[in-house]
Amino acid sequence: MNNRKKKLSLRTRNALIGYSFILPNFIGFFIFVFIPVMFSLVLSLVSWNGFGPMKFVGLKNFVTIFKDKNFVNALSRTMYYTFFTVVLTTFIALGLAVLLNNKLRFRGFFRSAVFFPYVASIVAVGVVWNMLFQKDFGPINEFLRWIGIQNPPGWTASVKWAIPAVIIVSVWKYMGYYMIVLLAALQDIPVDLYEAATIDGANRRQYFWRIAAPLLTPALFFVVLMLTVTSFKSFDLIYVMTEGGPGQATTLVVNYIYSKSFISETYGVSSAAAMVLLFIISIITLIQFHAEKKLTN
Amino acid sequence: MVERKSAKSQLFIYVLLIFIVAITLLPLVWMFSASLKLNKDVFTIPIQWIPRNPVWKNYITIWKKIPLAKFTTNSFKLTIIVCIIQVFTSSFAAYGFAKCHFPGRNFLFLLYVATISIPWQVYMLPQFIEMRTLGLTNSHLGYVLMQSFIAMGVFLVRQFYISIPDELLEAARIDGLNEYSIYARIVLPLSKPALASLTIMSFVTIWNDFMGPMIYFTRTELKTIPLGIRMFIGQYSAEYSLIMAAAVLSIIPVFAVFMMFQKYFVQSVTSSGVKG
Repeated sequence: MNNRKKKLSLRTRNALIGYSFILPNFIGFFIFVFIPVMFSLVLSLVSWNGFGPMKFVGLKNFVTIFKDKNFVNALSRTMYYTFFTVVLTTFIALGLAVLLNNKLRFRGFFRSAVFFPYVASIVAVGVVWNMLFQKDFGPINEFLRWIGIQNPPGWTASVKWAIPAVIIVSVWKYMGYYMIVLLAALQDIPVDLYEAATIDGANRRQYFWRIAAPLLTPALFFVVLMLTVTSFKSFDLIYVMTEGGPGQATTLVVNYIYSKSFISETYGVSSAAAMVLLFIISIITLIQFHAEKKLTN
Repeated sequence: MVERKSAKSQLFIYVLLIFIVAITLLPLVWMFSASLKLNKDVFTIPIQWIPRNPVWKNYITIWKKIPLAKFTTNSFKLTIIVCIIQVFTSSFAAYGFAKCHFPGRNFLFLLYVATISIPWQVYMLPQFIEMRTLGLTNSHLGYVLMQSFIAMGVFLVRQFYISIPDELLEAARIDGLNEYSIYARIVLPLSKPALASLTIMSFVTIWNDFMGPMIYFTRTELKTIPLGIRMFIGQYSAEYSLIMAAAVLSIIPVFAVFMMFQKYFVQSVTSSGVKG
């Protein structure tokens, strides 16, 4: 017995120990994440409603979704939603990060206050804002009337204003998170750089544009891409606030995927839409990957 | 930006900040204030920020109107179980990936990294079909299994383990410790901040998760707080003050965790922001 154990070479033993470390996680990961990911590729190429045999249809599902006005609209609406969410959140988060990087009293309180909406539950946040946005007697419209706007928007009840309403809530909820990311980047800028610049006679503006801005670019880039990806896959907030309505006014790509998956149960069509989403997100990730290499070199 | 500023610009910064914080917190303050009003007073004008006769009874009524106790227990149960499994298996696997050598390690790790950028929404349907085939939908077990093995956790902890010097582990090996004791007695205690960040991240995610439970749980006794509030809105859509009371209750645990671990929140954000 002892001899046989010794024959097990050190390499094999080390390998076995290594496998034993990753195995508990890997089994779960493989069965519940990896297989479904592969399975979604297959699903996008078949026609299936969950019962009976699958029928291979090739790329037909992709033709179907791009002919479906609802999908095309959802896609362009998602881009619109993403564009405004990304621009507004980035600007506000950057402004907040610069402000809160100052030496201030109650700085910790300010930071926490801005960050807190990020951890609050989407359902709670969605309901509160829905009430605030209420068309006839909601506090927001009440305020708008008070400052002299006679016909304030209908917000979540109106086709035109529903998306802006959701964008406002999403900026409010996520700005604190990105503020922290940018704040961390700002704090990574060594203080002596500032001192050296001052000795060299640089003023505040020069310091910001010549020193702080270039050092901040990678973090800003990261924030923009993260925000783009999260906006492309957002669902919960919209589902809670408007359920994609009124009509289809706030139906985004994931709402479309959800309804094709769990309501109309056309699995092939919904998986094709999921593949389109994956394709877009992969491109964004690739851009990030390459840019990061460039920016860090 | 460490320079001392004039009193005037200091004042300006404070005014600006107070304005921003007011915008951030007012919706939440309004929520709390509305939860203490009679239903008919929720939308009175001008807004009564401090209700004259706070209706604390709202907080009792909602426990009777919906099975809120059940939802709360379910939320706690699922959140705690998922957090424990995630932290344990992720850190264990992270040690394997960071500090052990075995054939196929890089390939397997690539598999993990490749799935990080794939949103759950892309594979939620096949995952659901798989669970249905296994008979695990409408069960807490199914939900726990689908949430517990995210690649992100392994990735984050591994990033941290890589920064632990190999010499330290080498010294322990020479002293006769085996890999499992090195993990348990040296690496684990050192990695408290990383594990705390991961725990907090998964706590908030699972506690607030809406879409997962919505898809997996159709039976009332399985539902979690976010679904419960949704259900409540569906049934009593005009009971504004009660809805607000339920919303406040759903935020309290996250608020408590947030207050206790503020430091780690910041770490969890920045560590997920620093990509390797």
